[in-house]
Amino acid sequence: MESLSQLMQLLFSGLTIGSIYALIAIGFVITYNITGVLNFAQGEFAMLGALLTISMSSAGLPLYLAVIVAILIVMMVGGLFERAAIYPARKSSVATLIIITIGVSFVFRGAAIFIWGTQPHSLTPFSGNTPIRIFEAVLLPQSLWAVGISLAALAGMYYFFNKTYTGKAVTACVMNRFAAQLMGIKPEKMSFLSISLSAGLGALAGIIIAPISGASYQMGLMLGMKAFIAAVIGGLTNAPAAVLGAFLIGIIEAFSEGYLSSGYKDAVSFAVLLLVLFFMPNGLFSKKSGKRV
Amino acid sequence: MDTKKFTRSYKLNLYGIALLLFAVIIFPFLVPSNYFISMFILIGLYGIVCTGLVVLMGHTGQISLGHAAFYGIGAYSSAIVSGKYDLPPLMGVITGILIACIVALLIGIPSFKLKEHYLALATLGFGVIVFTFLKEWTSLTGGLNGFFGIPPFEVAGFTFTNDLSYYFIVWAILVIGLWFVNNLIHSRTGRALKSIHGSESAAESIGINLMTFKLKALIISAVFASVAGSFYAHYISFINPQLFEVMTSIVFLIMVVIGGSSSLWGGLAGAIIYVWLVELLKDWVPLLGFSTGGEFEIVFFGVLLVVLLIFKPKGLMGSWMEKKLFLSQKKNVQNKKGAAL
Repeated sequence: MESLSQLMQLLFSGLTIGSIYALIAIGFVITYNITGVLNFAQGEFAMLGALLTISMSSAGLPLYLAVIVAILIVMMVGGLFERAAIYPARKSSVATLIIITIGVSFVFRGAAIFIWGTQPHSLTPFSGNTPIRIFEAVLLPQSLWAVGISLAALAGMYYFFNKTYTGKAVTACVMNRFAAQLMGIKPEKMSFLSISLSAGLGALAGIIIAPISGASYQMGLMLGMKAFIAAVIGGLTNAPAAVLGAFLIGIIEAFSEGYLSSGYKDAVSFAVLLLVLFFMPNGLFSKKSGKRV
Repeated sequence: MDTKKFTRSYKLNLYGIALLLFAVIIFPFLVPSNYFISMFILIGLYGIVCTGLVVLMGHTGQISLGHAAFYGIGAYSSAIVSGKYDLPPLMGVITGILIACIVALLIGIPSFKLKEHYLALATLGFGVIVFTFLKEWTSLTGGLNGFFGIPPFEVAGFTFTNDLSYYFIVWAILVIGLWFVNNLIHSRTGRALKSIHGSESAAESIGINLMTFKLKALIISAVFASVAGSFYAHYISFINPQLFEVMTSIVFLIMVVIGGSSSLWGGLAGAIIYVWLVELLKDWVPLLGFSTGGEFEIVFFGVLLVVLLIFKPKGLMGSWMEKKLFLSQKKNVQNKKGAAL
């Protein structure tokens, strides 16, 4: 019984963290497929979202309002980033663009230190802190929020990409940029849209995790990298696969933390990244999707 | 590209190296200040790492986000071999080189099988893994507390004890490294690497084995980083894992971008400018009323990186060299015209 409860506990925390990674990973996939850029600044959007929400809610704004405003601000920051850094360099090599996003992530991190300092901040959980007991395992309400909100966001994304005109235009750009251009879709506009959308998703992820693990200027780096691994496991071109990858990474991480040691947690996820890159470079789920077609 | 230009830039670089050697020798006599000597040891070490990176980035077009790990491999190999097992320091340096080569092969072969920028990802992952092991394997590395008491470097009975001796050996290695890279980039290998950067499919179609050449570039850059790391460890005599974090890899990347990855001198120029800017920021930031100097640095270099890549993607040395070569070529053409008339 002891081991079962531990198993459940680790599974819950894996799913919680996985849902956070999923939100950021989708942003990666969208950005990568439309602009061809591996956006290393993606995790910083989560950091900005979390810290903005904390500031606004401590200034007296109701939480839901703070969350919405923070997401909107981060989306604007994302759009600004696209116009100021990606757009002027869109003709340069992918390598250059990748380094530009690294530079931008530095700027975000530094700006966060100026505004919020280096010490971590915390956000009150969305609905109390009374743990729920399932199968001898303890589940925090915030974990339910995390999984629920990200599933809702994923459903929203699905609707957006498959049912709305703008979403379909973005999808068209993902599939074939040139053909989309011939159909009168402006890839530059889609690039702007996709980066600000990913920024919004990232901000949401940061806000959800803030009550669980706190928020500080440096949280973006690791979050971004983990989400990145998730996206690569999913094959970088397939959003649902990236989501699966994210949950997988979350669970692997929770288990290696629980059964191995928390120090090696990061190494394990990166080892998974290397293994996937080496043996299944198109992603773990590529075969499945290939068959379906 | 005609061979004429190659021989020209080759000679130009050779003069540059000779000039540098001269400057290195007379510098301590002109400026006998410990502050500058220790600063230049650091520049020399960074210069070695970045010169290696220039081969990988500028000539092969691959990005590495994990060179701090190779730097760390060198440092910890030296520390462990000479500090823990009391073997000759030279063996530590060689151990570092061997491990760096093996690791470069292990990362390189799978990631070069893939197109695009998987090397960036693989090296990033590798960097985090190495950092974690340095941090967690406390019985071997000392963990986060660091590794104390690394003996000074010694070879053939001569022990490097003071700053000046390290200054000379580090810069001697850098000069040799530059000379080696200059020969390399003007050899068949160098031209092959350049053609890979230009267009992988074109390079492949004229019979260049992408895998071999990319691996060569990666191994060379890994060895450079490892050697620099070894000497860093012997010079400072204390190392800890934080010195070899992902951030350090990015700092190396920044240096190369500032200096310009397409020029032989880009790595050294980047290292000089970076160290100098850091010193400058240390002096100026408090005057602006900010107390958090180190953090200001991050923003500053982030902005610098973005602006440089948008407006001067070839880096400072790259643009300068191009202008210089272009002008001299123009002159050449004019001279020829004059001769023909």
